[in-house]
Amino acid sequence: MSRKPRDKRMSIDEVIGSLESGMTIGIGGWGPRRKPMALVRALYNSDLTDLTVVSWGGADVGLLARAGKIRRLVYAFVSLDSVPLEPNFQRARQSASIPEIVELDEGMFQTGLKAAAERLPFLPMRAGLGSDVLVNNPWITTVTSPYDEGHGHEELVAVPALRLDAALVHLNRADPHGNASYLGPDPYFDDLFAMAADKTYVSVEQVVDTAGLTVDTPVQRLLLSRMMVTGVVETPNGAHFSTCTPDYERDERFQRAYAAAASGSDEDWHAFHDRFLAGDEASYQAAVQAFTEETTK
Amino acid sequence: MSGSDGAGNELSGAGRERGSGASAERTMSDSTRADVCAAAIADAFSEDGEVFASPMGLLPTLGVRLAKLTSNPDLVISDGESVLLGGTPPLGGKDVIEGWIPFRRVFDVIAYGKRHVMMGATQVDREGNQNISAIGPFAQPKRQLLGSRGAPGNTVGHRTSYWVPKHSPRVFVEQVDTVSGVGPRRARAAGSAASRFNDIHRVVSNLAVFDLGGPDDTMRLVSVHPGVSVDEVVDATGFALEVSAEVPTTREPSTEELLLIREMIDPKGLRFKEVPDA
Repeated sequence: MSRKPRDKRMSIDEVIGSLESGMTIGIGGWGPRRKPMALVRALYNSDLTDLTVVSWGGADVGLLARAGKIRRLVYAFVSLDSVPLEPNFQRARQSASIPEIVELDEGMFQTGLKAAAERLPFLPMRAGLGSDVLVNNPWITTVTSPYDEGHGHEELVAVPALRLDAALVHLNRADPHGNASYLGPDPYFDDLFAMAADKTYVSVEQVVDTAGLTVDTPVQRLLLSRMMVTGVVETPNGAHFSTCTPDYERDERFQRAYAAAASGSDEDWHAFHDRFLAGDEASYQAAVQAFTEETTK
Repeated sequence: MSGSDGAGNELSGAGRERGSGASAERTMSDSTRADVCAAAIADAFSEDGEVFASPMGLLPTLGVRLAKLTSNPDLVISDGESVLLGGTPPLGGKDVIEGWIPFRRVFDVIAYGKRHVMMGATQVDREGNQNISAIGPFAQPKRQLLGSRGAPGNTVGHRTSYWVPKHSPRVFVEQVDTVSGVGPRRARAAGSAASRFNDIHRVVSNLAVFDLGGPDDTMRLVSVHPGVSVDEVVDATGFALEVSAEVPTTREPSTEELLLIREMIDPKGLRFKEVPDA
């Protein structure tokens, strides 16, 4: 008998089935980059409600806002880059349909994840001082430094820990045990999300055996250790339509279609929903393929 | 990285007028308004030394690269994504890589302090506060923008400048609706931890250059671009500007700078999409 670490492979439905309404869910990636969209689409179609979503947001936030899944949103920005303002997020904010809004500075967001990952209640930081981040979030307070380094006892922001019940992240490769690597230009903060969370689910382009992780890739690209990971899901093209460099770049044409539907009439959105989002991941990918063939003719 | 969300095009005709001192006949060496803006942005970075220059948007990127090729070759620049560039490529171009700057290291550099960012501003006010978060009440905005992004941390961490491609009273307002970027007065009120590194350096618009050298750190007109009158700037500004008796004209780019802008950095003329010449 081989004594190997656990095999953590699971299906998208099993991931969603392990989550509960009211949970705080962190979503990795950055804006329109390497977002765990297959898992987000499944959340969008799930019965889960009243979620606290913690994200440097892109279409993940847009989709979940449109589906009315978010009770509390923690973000520093929501953007699709080439479409600067995320239309579903904008719509949700302008109709005040998300009950609780926590807009942070993007560095504060990292510091909050770091505090959670280090099991600290807060970490001190300058960011936020003097800005409306502290006005709009009066529960975030300051702390006086016990040390005087020649500038007095500085009053710093006590950035609260952003603890997560679950983190969803998407990387390029993982082994069945949850060791995972990113092959693109930036790790983003997926390791921090993983360590800030009780459970971490990583979707990947490809599951390989453990030796395969470093056969053609420097060890420094192994961002997640299996001790941080609860489940592994293979979802090829699963970050679509965000980037997953080098497997694929952002699908700008599809993103434009998404943005047009999201900022159009209810009928426009329903048509987009029916065509792409109403089914499971396999039917989404098939519909995207048909869209690509149709629009590149 | 952050597309500043431009609204309205009402001032795009202003680029045609020429200063009375300039020759009536337009020649190859005439600079356009976009060229003047690029040089003014470059000047904002000329004395920074060896710091990470982070331009958001097109004209700031052009201006920073111009500074790197002329007044400040020590500037550290990136591709706006994740690598530091050893040379100075054209807009959208590649170059030798001299370092790695994923987003997590950008945050490290903000805290470290060796950075000068030039951000956009959907609103900027008399006290140098900036808004890229929301227009109208924050609880239910009339218009949700990007979110505060890194503006709160940038402005209490290191030198920050702003670029406004379409100067109007809707952008230059008495008081911003949401304070994303912190001006000096609010930084002082928040204590020394906020004010120690608060350094709002320049605001460059398509009409003029500003700093916060007015009374009690309020916005002051530093220079008007060639062909723009002081009255025009005052009319397009929604608050009382500090204006001295003699307002200088923003310098025209040198022949060398014009060559660099036109032939090396922006041969495709992308700058005219942001600051039209006609």
